[in-house]
Amino acid sequence: MLYREAGQYKVTYEADQAIFPIAQDRFVMLALLVIAFVVVPFVATEYVYRAVLIPVVILGLAAIGLNVLMGYCGQVSLGSGAFMGVGAYAAYNLSVHLPFLNPLVCILLSGFVAAAVGILFGIPSLRIKGFYLACATLAAQFFGDWAFLRIKWITNYTPSGSVNAPSIQLFGLDLNSPTAIYVVALGFTVVLGLATKNLVRGHIGRQWMAIRDMDIAAEIIGVRPMYAKLTAFAVSSFLIGVAGAMWAFLYLGSWEPAAFSIDRSFQLMFMVIIGGLGSILGSVLGAIFIVLLPIFLNQALPPLGALVGWKISTATVSHFEAMIFGALIVFFLVVEPHGLARLWSIAKEKLRLWPFPH
Amino acid sequence: MQLRKWAVLGAAALAAAVSLATTAYAQNEQFIPGLVYRTGAYAPNGIPFADGVADYINMLNARDGGINGVKITFEECETGYATDRGVECYERLKGKGPTGAAYFSPLSTGITFALTEKAPGDKIPLLTMGYGRADSRDGAVFTWNFPLMGTYWTAANVAIQHIAKEWGGFDKLKGKKIALLYHDSPYGKEPIAALEIMSKKYGFEFMQIPVPAPGSEQKSQWLQIRQARPDYVLLWGWGVMNSAAVSEAGNVNYPRDKMLGVWWSGAEPDVLPAGDKAKGYKALMLQHPAGKFAVHKDVEKYVTSQGKSLAKPDEVGQVLYNRGLINSMVGIEAIRTAMAKFGNKPMTGEQVRWGFEHLDLSADRIKQLGFDGMMGPLKPSCADHEGTRLSRVHQWDGKEWKVISDYYTGDDTILVPLVKEVAGKYAAEKKITPRDCSKES
Repeated sequence: MLYREAGQYKVTYEADQAIFPIAQDRFVMLALLVIAFVVVPFVATEYVYRAVLIPVVILGLAAIGLNVLMGYCGQVSLGSGAFMGVGAYAAYNLSVHLPFLNPLVCILLSGFVAAAVGILFGIPSLRIKGFYLACATLAAQFFGDWAFLRIKWITNYTPSGSVNAPSIQLFGLDLNSPTAIYVVALGFTVVLGLATKNLVRGHIGRQWMAIRDMDIAAEIIGVRPMYAKLTAFAVSSFLIGVAGAMWAFLYLGSWEPAAFSIDRSFQLMFMVIIGGLGSILGSVLGAIFIVLLPIFLNQALPPLGALVGWKISTATVSHFEAMIFGALIVFFLVVEPHGLARLWSIAKEKLRLWPFPH
Repeated sequence: MQLRKWAVLGAAALAAAVSLATTAYAQNEQFIPGLVYRTGAYAPNGIPFADGVADYINMLNARDGGINGVKITFEECETGYATDRGVECYERLKGKGPTGAAYFSPLSTGITFALTEKAPGDKIPLLTMGYGRADSRDGAVFTWNFPLMGTYWTAANVAIQHIAKEWGGFDKLKGKKIALLYHDSPYGKEPIAALEIMSKKYGFEFMQIPVPAPGSEQKSQWLQIRQARPDYVLLWGWGVMNSAAVSEAGNVNYPRDKMLGVWWSGAEPDVLPAGDKAKGYKALMLQHPAGKFAVHKDVEKYVTSQGKSLAKPDEVGQVLYNRGLINSMVGIEAIRTAMAKFGNKPMTGEQVRWGFEHLDLSADRIKQLGFDGMMGPLKPSCADHEGTRLSRVHQWDGKEWKVISDYYTGDDTILVPLVKEVAGKYAAEKKITPRDCSKES
């Protein structure tokens, strides 16, 4: 009832090919954007910004990037942490060596550096597939870890190997308040997310999906595997690189190579799998789930324990957090292997009939 | 389907329960946050420190009713030694209590680096006793950092002084080979700059051997040490890396008394797992030894005997437990110093910062507080946020840590130019105008 598209006639090709062909979807999306850009800055506290919203928005973009590669092109990657690191250190070096550049420009440019590195490490994907490719991208991760630690030039010869981001300014305005940082990060994610959504709907995206579904058949109908795979690596690494630069500049402020370790790669992979492979919305949902759940459990358990008169120590909380988090991931994968995005589309199907199911 | 319904119901119930259990704060309370790690690879070292920190605060609340009548509230947040979790904990705790967090002690160099960027904006001092950025000793640039009692550069300098003394003078260092086995993170890399300068000055060969975090696997590093045969090995590890290094030294038969750890590699959890192999291993002290002192009597009377402590009985009096006590004591004395100027009410971070900068722990005051024999006088200032450059060396005899040296004083002719240079570079990079310390009051 609420979600009936009956009566919405599409009379032009544009209307038929729109991202959201159904009016309700457009309204929901518009409302979400208004909430994210206008309402949230009025209600969010600093803690919510710094601990929840900013990480979700930034890691959401990284998850979109990984989803391009894994979900749309079917190339398993365990190197996303390193690509985030490439973005972060590229942005840092740009800001150090070209101080006249605005840090936000550095963040954007760092994406291109990450894309170049991504293409380089994507070359093996032309010959190897599946688990073997996972191993090859794992090499990218370890190479990244090694390079950030050992090549002194990357960290501008700081004695400790830890580097600092410059302060973010735009047109003489200081963008260091949490609200400003959030809006900047959200802007990057929304614009790049929209661009990606259009890419995956266009001919490049169709080529990626053809390669994903059956690479030999795709090749026979005229998709060039090299072009398709390497563009997927480039676009994916670009997005992940920008996210990495934002993670460093907007969230951490000062970071060490450990911020982009293999744990980060796995975290992103979980986001994509839990959120839903091959879905932009799923990437963001996955990021929300993976970032929020541990924080929520960590804060929820002590008061819950207090309700039943049990004083939980910090260590116990964190053990429980790991256990419940792990159990929930397994639970989700069993109940809904296609991720949170699938839950959303099931909900939409149901809403078409609700509240009068036959 | 059934399963899904239950999940939704469960989540809703959980959310409702959490929103019910809100906490309220009384007005006359000073909030002190605790960033701890009681789980993960660094937990063996994180736990005794966290227990010491908590026990001193609980003792003060029970014995004196807080600081000058202002009760202390204390809350822990688990970081697992991970920087992003540490930042989340910082954001969670910084605004609690009527005046916000008094100070933060993250006990992690990585988290300290990240918080160094955030503390000036939030106006909360960072108490990084014996760790953190070595250049943050320069209080003119690092207004909010207090690496009290010692930085890594002081540690590196004192370590070389001790080696020179063992060998009979600085001229004996010439031509010798000293290796640094370090945790491959900002923490482990910090001393390198100071050691490189000293290697040039004294003419010893300086060898760097990194160990990837967390450091439980060190076979290849010790093979390298066996081949290169350094005359001394400095150990800059944390958590499992320390005990693994001491055991591996035993396995390759490198003399343990030619190993000198930093003060983060010289506690019971670092040597006990290595068993007999640890005998003879030496480490710097952040001034204080293991053992029980006057303050422990009060801690036992008001906290541990009341069952209010998480510490196991044999943990009380261990090196890291004692360091936790000192950490809380120094922080609380800074709050007390601030109260003397601003009045006996909860202090804001800004006022506590003033208190840190004007802290004056004389030998008498230290004795009064029950810390006699644990530390020398401590007097930080605007220009010197370290406050003292004293350190000693102790040795593990197989059962306990024995103090084997007198107090060494860090050599400022080496340290000051390095601090000035690196802090100046940081100030230029971050466009900070250093404060004029002659005008600070």
